[in-house]
Amino acid sequence: MLPEWLDIGPVDQLPALGARTLPVRGGREIAIFHTANGEVYALANQCPHKAGPLSQGIVHDTTVTCPLHNWRISLVTGEALGEDKGCVPVIPVKIDGGRILIGRAAALAGVAA
Amino acid sequence: MTKPHLIVVGNGMAGCRAVEEILARDPARYRITIFGAEPHVNYNRIMLSPLLAGDKAFDDIVINDLAWYADNNIDLVTSDPVVAIDRKIQTVTARSGRVESYDKLILATGSDPFIIPVPGHDLQGVVSFRDMDDVGAMLRAADAGGPDGEPGRAVVIGGGLLGLEAAHGLSLRGMKVTVLHIMPTLMERQLDEAAGWLLKAALEARGQTILTGADTAEIYGQGKVEGVRLKDGREIPAALVVMAVGIRPNVKLARAAGLAIGRGVHVDDHLVTSDANILAVGECVEHNGLVYGLVAPLWDMCRSLADALVATPSGYSGSVTSTKLKVSGIDVFSAGDFSGGEGCEDIVLRDASRGVYKRVVVKGDRVVGAVLYGDTQDGNWYFDLLKRQADVAEIRDALIFGQAFASGGAASANPNAAVAALADDAEICGCNGVSKGKVVGAITGGAVTLDAVRSCTKASASCGSCTNLVESLLAITLGDAFDGERSAPTVCKCTSFTHEDVRRLILEKQLKAIPQVMQELHWTTPDGCSSCRPALNYYLLCAWPGEFVDDNQSRFVNERMHANIQKDGTYSVVPRMWGGVTNPKELRAIADVAEKYEARMVKVTGGQRLDIFGIKKEDLPAVWADLNAAGMVSGHAYAKALRTVKTCVGSEWCRFGTQDSTGLGIKTEQMTWGSFMPHKFKIAVSGCPRNCAEATIKDFGVICVDSGYELSIGGNGGIKLRGTDFLCKVTTEQEALDYCAAFIQLYREEARYLDRTAPWVERVGLEYIKQRIVEDAAGRAALTARFHQSQVFLQDDPWAKRAAGEDYKLHQHLAEIRPAPRTLEMA
Ligand SMILES: Cc1cc2nc3c(=O)[nH]c(=O)nc-3n(C[C@H](O)[C@H](O)[C@H](O)COP(=O)(O)OP(=O)(O)OC[C@H]3O[C@@H](n4cnc5c(N)ncnc54)[C@H](O)[C@@H]3O)c2cc1C
Ligand code: SF4
Ligand code: FES
Repeated sequence: MLPEWLDIGPVDQLPALGARTLPVRGGREIAIFHTANGEVYALANQCPHKAGPLSQGIVHDTTVTCPLHNWRISLVTGEALGEDKGCVPVIPVKIDGGRILIGRAAALAGVAA
Repeated sequence: MTKPHLIVVGNGMAGCRAVEEILARDPARYRITIFGAEPHVNYNRIMLSPLLAGDKAFDDIVINDLAWYADNNIDLVTSDPVVAIDRKIQTVTARSGRVESYDKLILATGSDPFIIPVPGHDLQGVVSFRDMDDVGAMLRAADAGGPDGEPGRAVVIGGGLLGLEAAHGLSLRGMKVTVLHIMPTLMERQLDEAAGWLLKAALEARGQTILTGADTAEIYGQGKVEGVRLKDGREIPAALVVMAVGIRPNVKLARAAGLAIGRGVHVDDHLVTSDANILAVGECVEHNGLVYGLVAPLWDMCRSLADALVATPSGYSGSVTSTKLKVSGIDVFSAGDFSGGEGCEDIVLRDASRGVYKRVVVKGDRVVGAVLYGDTQDGNWYFDLLKRQADVAEIRDALIFGQAFASGGAASANPNAAVAALADDAEICGCNGVSKGKVVGAITGGAVTLDAVRSCTKASASCGSCTNLVESLLAITLGDAFDGERSAPTVCKCTSFTHEDVRRLILEKQLKAIPQVMQELHWTTPDGCSSCRPALNYYLLCAWPGEFVDDNQSRFVNERMHANIQKDGTYSVVPRMWGGVTNPKELRAIADVAEKYEARMVKVTGGQRLDIFGIKKEDLPAVWADLNAAGMVSGHAYAKALRTVKTCVGSEWCRFGTQDSTGLGIKTEQMTWGSFMPHKFKIAVSGCPRNCAEATIKDFGVICVDSGYELSIGGNGGIKLRGTDFLCKVTTEQEALDYCAAFIQLYREEARYLDRTAPWVERVGLEYIKQRIVEDAAGRAALTARFHQSQVFLQDDPWAKRAAGEDYKLHQHLAEIRPAPRTLEMA
């Protein structure tokens, strides 16, 4: 059976308050975010507004501000905050022994069958 | 009938507590044997920190002495770890060869410290911080001292709870301690950035060296430790290295016995493992997906375990934890989840004068997390509210002020009412010693705006932290007549300060880091937002050139990536072309880059430069390297900085040209490039009043005339078209350059972040600028000097550093996922 969690590398490769990307062959690129207090979150790397690369936004608290038109997206729920409406898929992540693990099924959800 | 035999593996905190709980329920039920790997009786592991610090002796930290084991007929086997379990025949085998059979078995093997496998991790002098042996080794190193009677040097790797307690103990024992922490803030799991920063400052003030963002490459030494080398090449000499980077549940034994294991030994709500006769408790277990590294949950587990074995099963349903740092004189408390999330609201209180920071996270009228620094008195109260999931709607507004205030009926939830209840002589403004009576007097005397109160009483005119109180008094005293509006906008929703306040206070209070500004100026959010962070980063950069370390994560993506982000997520790259002049070599390099990296378009920009479009983020460093190799540097076309100096051909070619406008443009660009500003900044130099370079819609424009140079400012071709205002006329090129530098510096020092020169000039007035730049010669010279001073630090090519490999990770993917068959490959 394929593992439920995929190891994508050590946490220390993520800049604090920053993000890095994870391309998925044939699927949607994922953005992995690191907050100030060391939490890690993952979202599809596409703003619900006009598909801006969320990985390039400014991370503050548990939100990221999209670099294209400043929508604020919750890292926890993927929902656009404030007046804006929209949602990006959230991919489950956990840290184990300093490594980042992401939920396999959700990560591959965007892959064309 | 013989009693059933209960064997406990692990003579630590959980193992013995479990036995105590069992004995308390039924002292006669089991015959008990405890195996311990350590040579000691059961001691209080969390007291190893005070033991190291010299506040306690071993006898003080013993929980159960030999008499206890004897009184309760417990067979204690020390220094003899269990090495195997045979579940079929229900026996355990110890290292000595001793075999015992059990009816019930409890695993309480705790955790193993995590050792980073860097070269040299096995040298003599590298220890963890877990048991008495480790403390012994640390004390010996401290006693040995350094060469020539100097204090010994120690490095502690890990700036979490344990590492800081180790560092504290070692420095009290006379060692010179350096703490290396890989994350940017200390104790990032318990504290938010603000509190972590305060903690760092406090520890540094006690003589420790704290290096954050420090990644260990190697521990070096011949046979024994001599020091630690970081990935950035720094070396820190040390005779002792303490690794305190984390722990892992010790599951060796359980795994070998074939029990179900995740991160820890799987247990159900009754602490039973996948084998009905084997239970597990403490740090070695995983319950409901969680493992714990603190004692409070162990106590809960031990109760449920004893209930399951002896009394009516009660069931364990997980624990919420809180932590305190045991470093004397530094009060830090953290509980629950403070990472926020959907529907969460942060209530933040910063009291700079008392060194207090508090953050309470509330979700749907329940407290879900709290971080306290400096004043932890109310920690337990918040923790209690959290555990009870108490409804705090009623006391919400006063919650952050603590239990005494929030529950003291008189102080109602309405802040205005609280202020109204203050006595007349209560102090409102601490900086200037202004009482409530005085402020109210001023308001009734006609000072009906904040500014008016400030100027006639000085209240809120210094640090400004009482601004909200003064506003409350205005509201109470004037009622509906108070319009409640401040004339100048605040930086953003995270603060009640205006841009001007913040800029002034950064200088006045010598604030030199973003978290410091947030603390001292009472920011109401933990780490700001995407509006204030870039602004603060800029203000600090402008105020302390050469000293302030730029915060990359507070910059907009364009500045972080040194390229322009485009709508499809690719980037465009603009190399500098001084004064708009280029040559075949540069053009060839640009053409080559465009071809090699499959640029989708090359376009001449409005500023007379070439823009290469469609570059992928991962290719950026290579693109810069190629352009650098041809002698070109970043055009900063992406930055809030000097963009371009547009020129015409002037006297060298044009039949109308009066002066060398191209040459002056090049000189101007060479003087000003790299200078970060509140917004983008454009310059143009035209060779005659025909103005082919369109100098009269630029931030700074020069029109050459026969008798000299006409300088004009504040033009903008953007959304709101604005022609420049005429500043003055000068006669020499050098004067033109000096006035330009002075004007830029004035703008850099006084405008609000994201103000272009046009709105700024309109707000402060042309007269003001003329007075500063034209009339005040000494002031102008000082501005020019400050400009050049900061250029010493700012004029370096960001592309070169990145091309040479700095921050290369930011451009790479973390990994790549390929669906089936082997799903993952590292990039
Ligand atoms: C320096 C320090 C400071 C701490 N401060 C705090 C604090 O302030 N607050 C807090 O809540 N927590 C603190 N902790 C954490 C707390 O001590 C642990 O959570 C707690 O001790 C865990 O209890 P345990 O019984 O699961 O493991 P332990 O107490 O580690 O006991 C496990 C025991 O099992 C033994 N063992 C392992 N394998 C075998 C084997 N095969 N056979 C026989 N014996 C074996 C080990 O030698 C060890 O003695 C601190 C820890 C340390 C090290
Ligand atoms: S501005 Fe004057 S000097 Fe420059 S190109 Fe135009 S006409 Fe010639
Ligand atoms: S694409 Fe994200 S805000 Fe527009």
